[in-house]
Amino acid sequence: MTDGGWLLLAILMSSLGPGLAIFFLPERRYGLRTLLNLGGAGTKLVLVGWLLLGVLRGDEYQLSIPLLPGIDFVLAADALSLLFATLSAVLWFVTTVYAIGYLEGSPRRSRFFGFFSLCVSATVGIALSGNLITLLIFYELLTLATWPLVVHRGTPAALRAGRLYLAYTLTSGLVLFTAIVWLTLLAGAESFVPGGYLGELATTHETTLKVLFVMLMIGFGVKAALVPLHSWLPIAMVAPAPVSALLHAVAVVKAGAFGIVRVVNDVYGAEVTMELGLAAGLVVVAAITILYGSIQALRTDDLKQRLAFSTVSQVSYIVLGVALAGPLGVIGGLVHLVHQGITKITLFFCAGNFAETLGIHKISELDGVGRRMPLTMLAFTLGALGMIGLPPLAGFVTKWHLGLGALEAQFHWVLAVLIVSSLLNAAYFLPPVIRGWLGERRTSWHERMVEHSGPTRFETHWMLLVPTMFVAALSLLGGLLAGMSLSPLDWVTLIVERDYSIPGFAP
Amino acid sequence: MSETPAAMLPLAISGLVALSLALAILATIWPRQAHRIGGYGAVLMTAAVVVLSALFLAAGPDPESAATRVALGGWEAPLGVMLHLDGLSMTLLVLTGVVGLATSLYSLGYVHDPIERRQFWPLWLWLWAGLNMLLLSGDAFNLYISLEVVSLSAVALVAFTGTAAAVSGAMRYMLINILGSLSFLMGVVLLFGEHGVLDLVLLEARTEIGPTERMAAVLMTAGLMLKAALFPLHVWLAPAHGSAPAPVSAVLSGLVVTGSFYLILRLWMGPFAPLATPAFGILVGLLGVAALVWGSAQALRSGRLKSIVAYSTVAQFGYLLIAFPLMLVDSGAWRVVVFFAVVHALAKASVFLAAGTLQHAAGHDRLADMGAILRARGRTVFALGLAGVSLMGLPFTGGFIAKYLLLEAGLSTILAGSLIGVLWVSAIAGGGLLAAGYVLRMVAPAFHRGPRDAGEAVSPWMDWVPLGLAVVAAAAGFAGTLTLHTLTLTPGAP
Repeated sequence: MTDGGWLLLAILMSSLGPGLAIFFLPERRYGLRTLLNLGGAGTKLVLVGWLLLGVLRGDEYQLSIPLLPGIDFVLAADALSLLFATLSAVLWFVTTVYAIGYLEGSPRRSRFFGFFSLCVSATVGIALSGNLITLLIFYELLTLATWPLVVHRGTPAALRAGRLYLAYTLTSGLVLFTAIVWLTLLAGAESFVPGGYLGELATTHETTLKVLFVMLMIGFGVKAALVPLHSWLPIAMVAPAPVSALLHAVAVVKAGAFGIVRVVNDVYGAEVTMELGLAAGLVVVAAITILYGSIQALRTDDLKQRLAFSTVSQVSYIVLGVALAGPLGVIGGLVHLVHQGITKITLFFCAGNFAETLGIHKISELDGVGRRMPLTMLAFTLGALGMIGLPPLAGFVTKWHLGLGALEAQFHWVLAVLIVSSLLNAAYFLPPVIRGWLGERRTSWHERMVEHSGPTRFETHWMLLVPTMFVAALSLLGGLLAGMSLSPLDWVTLIVERDYSIPGFAP
Repeated sequence: MSETPAAMLPLAISGLVALSLALAILATIWPRQAHRIGGYGAVLMTAAVVVLSALFLAAGPDPESAATRVALGGWEAPLGVMLHLDGLSMTLLVLTGVVGLATSLYSLGYVHDPIERRQFWPLWLWLWAGLNMLLLSGDAFNLYISLEVVSLSAVALVAFTGTAAAVSGAMRYMLINILGSLSFLMGVVLLFGEHGVLDLVLLEARTEIGPTERMAAVLMTAGLMLKAALFPLHVWLAPAHGSAPAPVSAVLSGLVVTGSFYLILRLWMGPFAPLATPAFGILVGLLGVAALVWGSAQALRSGRLKSIVAYSTVAQFGYLLIAFPLMLVDSGAWRVVVFFAVVHALAKASVFLAAGTLQHAAGHDRLADMGAILRARGRTVFALGLAGVSLMGLPFTGGFIAKYLLLEAGLSTILAGSLIGVLWVSAIAGGGLLAAGYVLRMVAPAFHRGPRDAGEAVSPWMDWVPLGLAVVAAAAGFAGTLTLHTLTLTPGAP
């Protein structure tokens, strides 16, 4: 164990420890629970920042514990891990503040925050996994830790969503499990390495590797909501808003997408993926998902459901970029891991604010909300425009690189998919924005929050408003300052230079 | 002390047997203090097992000479009684120690009526002593005797609450046990008549396959399968395990059934090994798949908490049968089976203890009416869920590592060119989903909206021990390397 290994363990424990402690806290210990929550989130932020600087300097971090003969539990940090770890650490902090405000006065908060912290521990574990087996362990842990959050409200609809979620994720988890054991039998329990470690097997076991790739994609694709494995996601939006934010922006769908990135880059390697014709297949699946999600989003009037279908569509940009396998495509895909996260979390926070403050759940009810809640509406507008991909917002940076990447990889038709998808994005995101700013409200608002907990100083509770404004600012800055050092784009460029093997493009 | 661990080992083995018998006898002749003897004795016994395992690991680095054989009273086999300790028995002794300690502590809270105490503790200590002797016996007759001690005390424990359901469950359990024991004994007699020895090591050396050996194998295995509730001889298990008091159910499902399975494994790895043919292996494997499906289906349908857990035992033991054909392809896979049995026992005992706490609080175990109790007793439900995760074979638990090893063995048979391996692999993987289904049935009501009611007060032991054991079952995930290493120290085994 190297010295740096302790840092990785400390990052894991910074959410796991408080999470387990919170389980045993009585419901009324509001102060201590909040201290544990924010303390854990803050500690994690500092530790991840430290790790980030270390990795930037080129330090090595690794920790390995033998699990079975020949199979180790490996934590490691490379630039790619840091992309996901930083995203989850920052957004966890923000979401914790939001969740404390959101759940104020509601029952069962100890259970909620306990599983919430477990969920984040699993996510950061996925980011820091050094081999497939470790990744699998945290991936399944994430499934288990998220279920109680999805069913948290305990209504029949929530329980139904929970059952569906488990049915999808556990089944796909078993497919993934089988594939990983099989792959480990063939190639050994190797650590992730840019360019993959299958080497000779690509020529001797071609068919097996193709089958295994499909199995791995099914395993990760369910969480990443690739069509046709996506049905659980729009139904899981019955969960409380902070959970939806967590599912859609930070943890679950990202874990799936991140798994796909790891398989393509660090297990198979881009070269083998292309040689076996797997990359082209993945591009097609991603393109179908992008279009299908957008079309479904158009058809629904429920705000959160529209956002959910938008997630189905947007997460596939990540998969698309990685499958294009050229440097620009990969940059576009990886940077979208961050950009989609900050943009989508903004939108879900806004939806939560509307629902909690005024009881608005449908787009048709949004008329004139911009006058009652201008700041939230401003954040929503930034998020929506970012998703559409208008410059200078974060989404534009993504689409620009993806488009160039498609041309570079000779997939010209993908450019058409991107254009159509942007038009569809505009078609489903502009109506709520237009209604919010320009629509007229004839009756008075149903002031839900004021009725429950008295008047608020701002347009809504400050613990709901501040996180929303913060992430909205992030999604604006992500685009504006994309050229600065340590911006997501800059970091992704570093990943592509340092940790990514792209055939024919030596860095 | 200049003595080497190897030299101290025989003394430690005899000491453990003496300690377990002494505790049982002491509790029998002094029933008023039986609960104190049991409580302190359990700690002492577990400590003794830990010391023994430390000595064993320190002494036996060479797999071929790792078995320690102690002749009681200086009489060597074939005349005398031999105690036998190797990696396999050591692993299961540790399991028995851990589950035994947890059960004892739990029982301090569960059995509080002074009269019931006097009945419970001596029986339980005899059962524990019987298990220790069973694991340390080296000859077929001694195995039979300790098997009887285990069975009879188990029957009495099932009946000891005296309710009509308990007595009828116990009667059925006793009949099955007598049938199983008789069948086993006839096999022993046949072997003795043919070879004139009972010692397993000597038998293994002398066995050539003839009709007598075949007959003996069938009789002994059938008898043990009956006791281990292996499909299709499982029908008695759910009523008996479901109606017994919670700590007894935990021991029955965790240890007693595993003990019978241990014997089957011992016999088929030793004297009967030449009888195992591929066709026979496939037959056993198919029985395992049937057990997995049937047991899970019953667990998914049952309306009572404890019978769900009991049926889950039938289902989980299906994996052990499925592993049989895998062992024929990769003979080293037997260690996987043992590891699976160990983590299953830990998880199953903790689920039963948790279910017992909930049943005690509610006064019944009808799942449909338990919502309020489940919502109010988060800690117990957490234990149930955590141990349940181990049964499903999901991380971070011992169950995950066991499932990993089983899948690995299954996939190896496919890679070795066996088509039926696909069936084994799908059963091993799919069984986890079925387990998720029935664990969810027990846990999900805790998340429904509705009233909360903690029910009757329970003692702190009953509140915390299930959680502690569930944590141990989860932590067993880190014991994979050590367990597999200990198991390699079994002479004669591949």
